[in-house]
Amino acid sequence: MNTAAELVNVSHFYGDKCALKSITLSVPAASTTAIIGPDGVGKSTLLGLIAGAKVLQQGSISTLGEDLSLGPGRHRLFQRVAYMPQGLGKNLYPALSVYENVAFFAGLFALPKSERVERIEQLLAATGLLDFAERRAGQLSGGMKQKLGLCCALIHDPDLLLLDEPTTGIDPLSRRQFWRLIERLQQLQPQLSVVVATASMSEAARFEQLVVMHNGEILAHCKPFELLDKTGAESLEQAFLQLLPNTYQLPAVATASRAQPVDEIAIEARSLTKKFGAFTAVDTIDLTVKRGEIFGFLGSNGCGKTTTMKMLTGLLPATSGSGTLLGEPIAASSRASRYKVGYMTQQFSLFNELTVEQNLRLHAQLFKVASHQVAARVKWAAEQFNLNEQLHELPPQLPLGERQRLSLAVAMIHRPEVLILDEPTSGVDPVARELFWQLLIDLAQQQQVTIFISTHYMEEATRCDRISLMHAGKIIVTDTPTAIMAKENAASLDDAFVQLLQRAQTDNVAPVATELLPSESSQRRSPYFSWRRCWSYLRRESMELLRDPIRLWMAALGSVILMTVLGYGMNMDVEDLSFAVLDYDQSQLSHDYTHSIAASRYFAEQSPLINEADMEQRLRSGEISLALELPYGFARDVESGRRVEIGAWIDGSLPMRAETVQGYVQGLHLHWLQQRYTPEQDALTAAARIDTRYRYNPEVKSLPAMMPAVIPLLLLMFPAILTSLAVVREKELGSILNFYVTPTTRLEFLLGKLVPYVVLGMVNYAVLLLLAVYLFEVPLTGSLAALTLASLFYVINAALFGLIISAFVRSQIAALFATTLATIVPAAQFSGLLTPVPSLEGAARWIGEVFPATYHIVVTRGVFSKGMSFTDALPAIAPLVIAIPILLTTAALLLRKQER
Amino acid sequence: MRLRTVAILGWKELQTIVRDPILLLIVVVAFSVSVYTAASAMPDTLHKTPIAVIDDDQSQLSQRIVQAFREPYFLPPESVSYQLADQLMDQGRYTFIVHIPSHFQRDFLAGNATSIQVLVDATRMTQAFTGSGYLQVMIQQELQAVMGTTALPPIELNLRSRFNPELNAGWFSAVNEVISQITMLSIILTGAALLREREHGTIEHLLVMPISAMEIMAAKVWSMALVVMIAALASLVLVVQTALEIPLAGSLSVFTLALVLHLFATTSLGIFLASFARSMPQFGLLLMLVILPMEILSGGMTPRESLPPVVYYLMSAAPTTHFIEASQAILFRGAGLSLVTPQIIALAIIGTLFFAIAHARFRRALTYWQ
Repeated sequence: MNTAAELVNVSHFYGDKCALKSITLSVPAASTTAIIGPDGVGKSTLLGLIAGAKVLQQGSISTLGEDLSLGPGRHRLFQRVAYMPQGLGKNLYPALSVYENVAFFAGLFALPKSERVERIEQLLAATGLLDFAERRAGQLSGGMKQKLGLCCALIHDPDLLLLDEPTTGIDPLSRRQFWRLIERLQQLQPQLSVVVATASMSEAARFEQLVVMHNGEILAHCKPFELLDKTGAESLEQAFLQLLPNTYQLPAVATASRAQPVDEIAIEARSLTKKFGAFTAVDTIDLTVKRGEIFGFLGSNGCGKTTTMKMLTGLLPATSGSGTLLGEPIAASSRASRYKVGYMTQQFSLFNELTVEQNLRLHAQLFKVASHQVAARVKWAAEQFNLNEQLHELPPQLPLGERQRLSLAVAMIHRPEVLILDEPTSGVDPVARELFWQLLIDLAQQQQVTIFISTHYMEEATRCDRISLMHAGKIIVTDTPTAIMAKENAASLDDAFVQLLQRAQTDNVAPVATELLPSESSQRRSPYFSWRRCWSYLRRESMELLRDPIRLWMAALGSVILMTVLGYGMNMDVEDLSFAVLDYDQSQLSHDYTHSIAASRYFAEQSPLINEADMEQRLRSGEISLALELPYGFARDVESGRRVEIGAWIDGSLPMRAETVQGYVQGLHLHWLQQRYTPEQDALTAAARIDTRYRYNPEVKSLPAMMPAVIPLLLLMFPAILTSLAVVREKELGSILNFYVTPTTRLEFLLGKLVPYVVLGMVNYAVLLLLAVYLFEVPLTGSLAALTLASLFYVINAALFGLIISAFVRSQIAALFATTLATIVPAAQFSGLLTPVPSLEGAARWIGEVFPATYHIVVTRGVFSKGMSFTDALPAIAPLVIAIPILLTTAALLLRKQER
Repeated sequence: MRLRTVAILGWKELQTIVRDPILLLIVVVAFSVSVYTAASAMPDTLHKTPIAVIDDDQSQLSQRIVQAFREPYFLPPESVSYQLADQLMDQGRYTFIVHIPSHFQRDFLAGNATSIQVLVDATRMTQAFTGSGYLQVMIQQELQAVMGTTALPPIELNLRSRFNPELNAGWFSAVNEVISQITMLSIILTGAALLREREHGTIEHLLVMPISAMEIMAAKVWSMALVVMIAALASLVLVVQTALEIPLAGSLSVFTLALVLHLFATTSLGIFLASFARSMPQFGLLLMLVILPMEILSGGMTPRESLPPVVYYLMSAAPTTHFIEASQAILFRGAGLSLVTPQIIALAIIGTLFFAIAHARFRRALTYWQ
């Protein structure tokens, strides 16, 4: 095998948009290859396809000799390939520590424990992360995140390493360290192939092979020097530009001498400080930016640049110190000043659900651009930032560079006087960056716009009027680029900064070149089910759950609160129903009749009705549920034996209550008649007594009847809600990729997601049980073992139910709604909680028959109230067991192992 | 607060919802299939109640009694043996088992003491209480018919149900389902939309613009309320009135007024909950804590009169309580605006209060979300 990847006629489409046009490419093994090209030419798609993360639509790919159109081929491949996606730490887990992150990946490749510990330590030492092993990934700087990403990618000693723009958004020092690390790796493991997608030409020169891409096609595939020979260019950058179609040719670089900035202060900071708890993010910094100046802000990741910028925009209140923006104090940053400032955050933060055009329009409107100018302004922005072709696309479909351009366009749509830009060009290709800088220079020169910009690109820094270098919350130096270079006696600004940073840095340990033992894992066969991989997912999910104490407590205490409220509140007894009488007779007999009704505990008499209209009105308003009408001559007619009719109007709007009222009234009527007129017959019918025995709940209290019914409801909802977010959450946040590109199978993934919540559900069950028995004193009369076993299967059912929803929906909102919809309604209404399932009709009956809650209610009621034995419970437990494989299969079928 | 900003931001929310087809599908299902199923499923409380008899007498009288248990109230009574009765009831097969002892007819006619036993499965609360009353009346009527009731004066009780003459439980279930979907959807949509913005960092982005917390909130409230309102009204007209042929007594415009006020409160509640949660799973749990009691204890599932006093007063702080009361009055009993004024005022007060609290809470949350 001498190719790392072999692609034949591969095409890829996103909807109608063609991302790759019939690509044929052969990447040699044991080499380094860079895929270069501007944003949106299909670099990421290509890498995703080679890694097997994306579904292959057309053509054929064989990576490391494995055919990717076949599932088994992909499964074998994942054991030998590593893929690091675009975006800082996108596939890492912020709640886990550095060590735990690497350990999680080690588990996914089923590394045995002995080998694992050693290898993790080696990797961490090699990347200089060993001292930070306990730090949470979410608290790492960008550079450290990328190093951690690399550790995770290398854990299984892959034969092919795919890196998608690994150094985007990383400071120069970290960047140097990163590439040195890759070089070192290759020295240690010569058989390793590395494929990198990058937009940076200076980085591309390091690679043995170059693949130049444009517009979904490959323009050239050769060695770097061949490219130079072929084009006759002096630098790769120029060679690259020459290969591109004409539209991408750069206009002459604007190097015209800059007019001196006006002597007017636009931004000023005095002893500005920001503390987060004990940590000082920004430490008493002073800076002054003049109107029309381009001020560069440099420094390693996490040194406080972003915090400073947020304070200057008024987003974050300063702990101490002060600042002014356009002459106004920042603390009281008025709304008026916001119209004059454009701010672009580091992370893309536009609306993913709106198209490019809608985003531009929205921002123009929000910044109060006059409505007749909005269209023109949107057009201007689209042209200026080269977004015309993307106007109707959604941001998530765009490559990083194009998204950055959109962010910029949005920040400038209202033509602000001050622009505060936080790493605006990270991930933007050189051509687009050049265009962007020309625009910035133009704005500063022509329109006296003040620009405060942070960047990691030194060639950009040289174009600033002045720059500041920040480190660990402090500004180390502020001067013009040339002055800094002169002072440091460095050939380039890049060198000057690395020198300055190295002097200042104490914590960022340079990578130690340790030896990396080859792992045996790549030789090991990868079974279709591995407990280690499953355990790794399970452990991670549990740790995330345990690190979220709020979620944990809510899941535990929430059910207790709900049980208390519902247990006490759900009451089916109907008593003290309000009724009123329209008594036309006003005789002793009619009063006696009224009294007999009012005396019962079921009814409470309200003030008498005056007339029919009054009756209508009070029934309508819901004030009374029953109206009795005793006709004129009631007593007289009864006396003379004539037929008399008493009218009873019942409010039928609540049918259940109305039926109860009907029953009560009929009973009371009969009782009154018998008592008054046939004492002797009464004796006779009394001889034939009707004994009503309420089984299971002799005192007819609601609590013992309701409590066992509430438990199934709660045991269903909590696990289901939690698992329903488990998968879709990873989809939304991007870490689902780890499932796509590792040998993890669907079953392992699902079980890993399932078990922690089942355990939580069972803890919940124990708490509810104790609560019911000891606090509410509902006696447990049947087999505890049966109840526990049924509950276990039931909770598994509930959690699987959530997973099915999670695998199906796209957003967390949809998952939440679908779960509440699919659990509360059937469980509360169709499962025999109030109405027995056999009495239901239509679809509800059918739902009730198959819904797990139905069977769990039978068992809880049986065990609590009916003294159900273990064997009695088996017929109800069996369906719960049978449902598990069915639900698990459904979830597995709905879950995709590849990205579309 | 500027109305134009609120309008623009709200429009953005609407565009966002349209981009999630599965969410839209779920909304449609919730307001159509779900409502239809609930309406056509729920029988009257005493409808086809499973009943069994142990007829040890096998006399004319005992058969007469057994035959009195008829549909639609009861399923045809099944004959079971005394030995099996307990077990069958344990399995939940029957709600009632009527035991007529041997020599019942002889003893009864002779005036000797005898008794019919009615076993009731009290765990089936709704059927147990209504049903045992019915059973007693039915048996007694049969006994009296045998004895001849000439001694009793002919006083008849003429029972009539107002507003729902046949006591069709489907009427109630359908409307109740619509109401519960309104509450659920409005809280989830608003809260989750806010949390999603937070998780994607777009809230911060909004705050650097000349936009206030109040405007962000107001935009979410109006847009989400509008979506739910359209879905709910469509459901009432198309599903409840047209497909299920349930007559709605009152005016839809009065109902819409109550609905708008209710949505004002629930969407504010959604924002309030979202401002507490740090992630979507936390929000999901909070949601359960709030939605379940609101669905079950505000008169939609169980009669409100029978709540214990503490819960009763607690639940009067929930907008659903008043909204359900108002909707029942308007839609079933045809009450006009004047009759539901107390509920409308209560909803307006609760809504304003919720909005104010949510706004205070949201503004505080924004500072530490940074």
